Amino acid sequence: MSDLTYTIIFYLFAAITVFSAAFVVFSRNIIYSAFSLLFTFFGAAALYVFLSADFIAVTQVVVYVGGILVLLLFGVMFTNKVMGNRLMTDVQNLLPGIIILVAVAVGLIYVFVVQADWYTAGMLQGSVVERIGVETMSRYVLPFEMASILLLLALVGAAFLARFDKVHNNER
Amino acid sequence: MDVVTHIGLTHYLVISAMLFAFGLFAVVTRKNAIVILMGVELMLNAANINFLAFSKYNGGMEGVMFSLFVIVLAAAEAAIALAIVINIYKTFNTVDVSSIDSMKE
Repeated sequence: MSDLTYTIIFYLFAAITVFSAAFVVFSRNIIYSAFSLLFTFFGAAALYVFLSADFIAVTQVVVYVGGILVLLLFGVMFTNKVMGNRLMTDVQNLLPGIIILVAVAVGLIYVFVVQADWYTAGMLQGSVVERIGVETMSRYVLPFEMASILLLLALVGAAFLARFDKVHNNER
Repeated sequence: MDVVTHIGLTHYLVISAMLFAFGLFAVVTRKNAIVILMGVELMLNAANINFLAFSKYNGGMEGVMFSLFVIVLAAAEAAIALAIVINIYKTFNTVDVSSIDSMKE
């Protein structure tokens, strides 16, 4: 792949990511936001491929798009009266929000681009899948096990919190 | 011109800074709890892009592993948060965070 094609494809995915993220936060319609978030996640996955983290990209698609986004859409459907009225979110603190948006974006970009003096020690190359397997089972085995316990706890906790409450419903 | 055409570390950092700012904006300004959750997910994605960019241009595996754990945490967080939001909806009949002002019924 030539250098120019690489650059153009990178900018394409970067634009998809940033503009769909902007649409997520500036759209008043919740359903539009949720579906725009789909493009943000896909664009981020494409950027992960550019960063030679192919396994993370696949995980991103499976977990975020297949799991979290569906969960969010379920949440939207559960918590709004879908029929009849349009799913709009109200806006508060608009002026402080815009000030924070501009300040954080400009400040971070200034620090990243102008102030910081990055140097590259050596590039990550090739597929990362095998190295992830080796690292998970050697150096990162404790965080890996903790993550599994955390997921189990989250599963039990979420099921406990959102379960159908029979007593409560009879009272109503 | 070389800065624009040659993709380097700063390109990814700029993208992640913008994603983070958008996520923060959503958390600050939106009233619907679900949209606030979307903002949190955007910020987590920005952190992930940073981790992976530093990992790529450092040659180490630390960022890749941590981004994996960030995805795990994001999944757990989304599940718990949705459960809490559904409970809030059962109690208050709304997910508008500005009208939720009591700790119990």
